[in-house]
Amino acid sequence: MPTRAAVAIVATAIAVVLLFSFKTPAQARPRTPAADVSQASPTPSASPSPSDSSAPAPTPSSSGPTYKDGQYTGQDFQNQFGDTQVKVTISGGRITDVQALQLPYDRQRSAEISQYAAPQLHDEVLQAQSAQIDSLSGATYTSDSYAQSVQSALDQAHA
Amino acid sequence: MLETVERRIRVEHIMGTAISIDLRDAAVDDGLIEMAFDWLRKVDASFSLYKPQSEISRLGRGELTVEECRVEVGEVLSLCEDLREETQGVFNAWLCRSDGRLDPSGVVKGWAVERAAGILQRGGARNFCVNAGGDVVSRGEPEPGRAWRIGIRHPVQAGAVAGVVHAHDLAVATSGAYERGDHIVDARTGIPSRALLSLTVAGPSLTLADAYATAGFAMGDAGVEWVAGRPGYAPFAVTASGRVRYSDAFADLLVSGDTSRSRPSER
Repeated sequence: MPTRAAVAIVATAIAVVLLFSFKTPAQARPRTPAADVSQASPTPSASPSPSDSSAPAPTPSSSGPTYKDGQYTGQDFQNQFGDTQVKVTISGGRITDVQALQLPYDRQRSAEISQYAAPQLHDEVLQAQSAQIDSLSGATYTSDSYAQSVQSALDQAHA
Repeated sequence: MLETVERRIRVEHIMGTAISIDLRDAAVDDGLIEMAFDWLRKVDASFSLYKPQSEISRLGRGELTVEECRVEVGEVLSLCEDLREETQGVFNAWLCRSDGRLDPSGVVKGWAVERAAGILQRGGARNFCVNAGGDVVSRGEPEPGRAWRIGIRHPVQAGAVAGVVHAHDLAVATSGAYERGDHIVDARTGIPSRALLSLTVAGPSLTLADAYATAGFAMGDAGVEWVAGRPGYAPFAVTASGRVRYSDAFADLLVSGDTSRSRPSER
């Protein structure tokens, strides 16, 4: 029988920093309150509508990739829950909006995922750009198809 | 910007996830990217639990022996065995499905993508970043004099990053329950882990970073110290109580001033 102690404490310094509190800070996204997202399975009724995509674009930063202005429709990507397709708007060389044209909805589970994932992913693309990151590490799911469709739209914007 | 570094990004849907290869070497042929994707498709064909005719499915049903499978299957199973020992049974590929069938998927992706990075390197690529559904391998730099910047997705604040690491030759993997619900269980107890919202592991190889992130997440709070004790690997955890906990080695990787905006100092 393995003991608990065997996998436990190694003498390594670990820093602890407060990252967020459940009293939502002022800059938290209003459409996805922390308490909703932290629960494992959001209920459709409590979730915001995916069509409500009106997040303000972040302030454009001075460096990072630039794109040709216009609207680009990404390819339609599928995962086991259905189709995902987005339209990306570029203005002033930056991504200013990402609209979901199709999201998985064919099953109850998919509908739940789409309802909370759409605004979340929308913001994520904008925010990731404003943070000037090259790549994003995280547990992903529906976002795979979403990211893929966004990427295919951006590939057109590069051309 | 006047930077003229050639940038090629290809995204393919393989192993149930989006895999992107971002290559910055002008001299490297497109065929090399295709070779890397071919490898990943081959892995998918052998290891997919969703495909009833995959070798891993047939092995699970007892229709094949390990010796009858391609050599990579044995390689992955021996990796699973090593991890089962190293994690005292928290990671157990033979116990993680409810039906008791073999499921090495906790290690396959990281291992396969690490090998894909090897294919790119052997083909002459020096500066690239591969992202497989949030698990990242970086090599070299995206443009002369700048490190790759890899964001760690914030598990609660949609769209925010919990931190940013700078990377030249680094693998970064994250396990979390925030998208699929409680899907990582401690194989010893069958109980899903809820102490952490996400666990990110950085280190030299994505094979181990991915495996350690999965196993450490299942261990809960103790997993942070456990990963910190793996030579060369560094943890960054977001706890259910809203704190980040990371090792000194991880602190060295963080881009200062670029962690979440909602981060007061409490150390």
